[in-house]
Amino acid sequence: MQTVLGILPDALAYGMVLFTISIGLSIMMGLMRVVNLAHGAFAMIGGYLASFALVSLGVSYPVAILIAVIGTVIVSVPFEFLLYRRIYRRSDELTQILLTIGITFFIVGIANYIFGPTSKPIPLPELLKGPFDLGFRMIPAHRLFVIGCGVVTAVALWLLIEKTEFGVRLRAAVDNGDMAEALGIRTQVVYSATFALAVGLAAFGGVVGAELLPVEPFYALRYMVTFLVVVSVGGAGSVTGALAASLLLGLADTTGKYLAPEFGEFFFYVAVIVIVYIFPHGLFGRAH
Amino acid sequence: MTTTSDTAGPVATAGLRNDLMAAAIIAGLGAIGYFVFPDDLAFLTRVIGLAFLVISLDLVTGYCGVATLGHAALFGVAAYAAGNAALAGITDPIAMLLVGAVAGTCTGLVSGLLVTRFRGLPQLVLSIAFGQLVAALANKLSSITGGSDGLAGISPGPVFGVFNFDMFGRTGYVFSVAVLLIAMVALLRFARSPFSLMCRAIKDDTLRARMIGVRVYPRLVIMYCVAGAVAGLGGALTAINTGVVGLDSVGFERSAEALIMLILGGAGNLWGALIGAILFELFHHYVSAASPFHWMILVGLLLIVVVLFFPRGLVNEVVRRIEDFRQARAVR
Repeated sequence: MQTVLGILPDALAYGMVLFTISIGLSIMMGLMRVVNLAHGAFAMIGGYLASFALVSLGVSYPVAILIAVIGTVIVSVPFEFLLYRRIYRRSDELTQILLTIGITFFIVGIANYIFGPTSKPIPLPELLKGPFDLGFRMIPAHRLFVIGCGVVTAVALWLLIEKTEFGVRLRAAVDNGDMAEALGIRTQVVYSATFALAVGLAAFGGVVGAELLPVEPFYALRYMVTFLVVVSVGGAGSVTGALAASLLLGLADTTGKYLAPEFGEFFFYVAVIVIVYIFPHGLFGRAH
Repeated sequence: MTTTSDTAGPVATAGLRNDLMAAAIIAGLGAIGYFVFPDDLAFLTRVIGLAFLVISLDLVTGYCGVATLGHAALFGVAAYAAGNAALAGITDPIAMLLVGAVAGTCTGLVSGLLVTRFRGLPQLVLSIAFGQLVAALANKLSSITGGSDGLAGISPGPVFGVFNFDMFGRTGYVFSVAVLLIAMVALLRFARSPFSLMCRAIKDDTLRARMIGVRVYPRLVIMYCVAGAVAGLGGALTAINTGVVGLDSVGFERSAEALIMLILGGAGNLWGALIGAILFELFHHYVSAASPFHWMILVGLLLIVVVLFFPRGLVNEVVRRIEDFRQARAVR
């Protein structure tokens, strides 16, 4: 019982980090059908910017998050304009994989050229440093903060997609891009806005999740596969799917690492193979 | 591995001429490497080992349209198998190659059964998951893989009982070129066989292939087994030549790099795979000396440029230009 209680908060926190970062990729893959392996690279840029803002500029934690998110979106604009636009919807997976791997290499190289090849600290504010008393046991306050961020992100996205004008256009573009275009929805604008949203969410997740997925020079490559796997297990374009997949895979990974640490990611990938084999379009995905 | 595709007389001679030309080209390239870069033979031998991996990847990606990011598993398992065989006393290099090919085929079978079941994203993710699973196992089963230290102490015996492996890597190099030559000629024939042509048909239009009665899944699995054998030869060669097998031989980076090499050279063309491997490794060799991060910037840019401007790969692009030129002249 003690073990279960020890595993659960960590699994939940890890799952929420995966969710916060992956949901942007999931929306992008659902809408633009782009297998964006460079998604982790944008999370990494967010981490680097936040670290720079906190350590060198000395701003407060919330401001650093804001700088990271907005900065990453600005950095991503040329990539969207010059490269991603060419591969929306049309291209085959192979082209997308290679282009986005190329972008990842490029970003990793440039980021390390600018910020130096050491891992970057993202110091937490005092409020999040200590333990938090749940009544029956103590857990690190940061874990709670991460879980809270995940919940807020999920609810906000659900509201955005289900309740707003933008959400309506987004869903129309996802379901049938050509028809949406014919009905007067400017799909290119929807795509660009969604790309910015995806990148911003990646940066946000990269910063708040830095305790669990530390920001280091090869971050973008190390977690490249993880985020893609989460999305495909959940089903591209589905918020509930991404949430379920993140929590499930977070649980599989954390449990595996607690109970059989020497096996590394073995259980994570066993879970992936089983789920993808049974649900090829993801837990909550739809066949296209 | 050869199938009876060339039954008619003239076609058979054309096929034979192609085979001889292929053999001559590889022997020529090998000789250039031997005499022009006598101090870099170990590097060139490494390139040949990797070229097998890329050619193997071409069989499944270029011929069957299977997008995979876990292909290094086939290569790595074979390398470990050959290494273990050597440690167990089977030190004859040719026997080690056979062990590698068999191990590669078995891994290819399992991988193929799993990966070719679906198309698109599920396929990609299953291939990644399979590769990562093998990598995690290689790390865990340190009794047979040496874990993160790698499997060391592999010392192959002389080739045919005569030619000892020397410290300059000359024997290893000549042996590798010979294996490459034989494998390449066999595979070029295989690529012209009805079986491979049908795989191309499946790649171009799976639904139509199914409609005319082609059983898609078994074919793709068989192709995966062939690819496994080829990757296995490469893995075994690497184990023979370097004497060690490390975790990097099953890693995700190895798989991704192989895919980059293939696209650089040109998928769907065995020469493209070979040239891509050579070009990429040369590029790596000369650029990465500066700094690993400068290397990444350059390789990223290279990849972006190739995907945008030469989507069919350098070799295919050159071939197309030559064809265009010929046709233009013929018209005139």
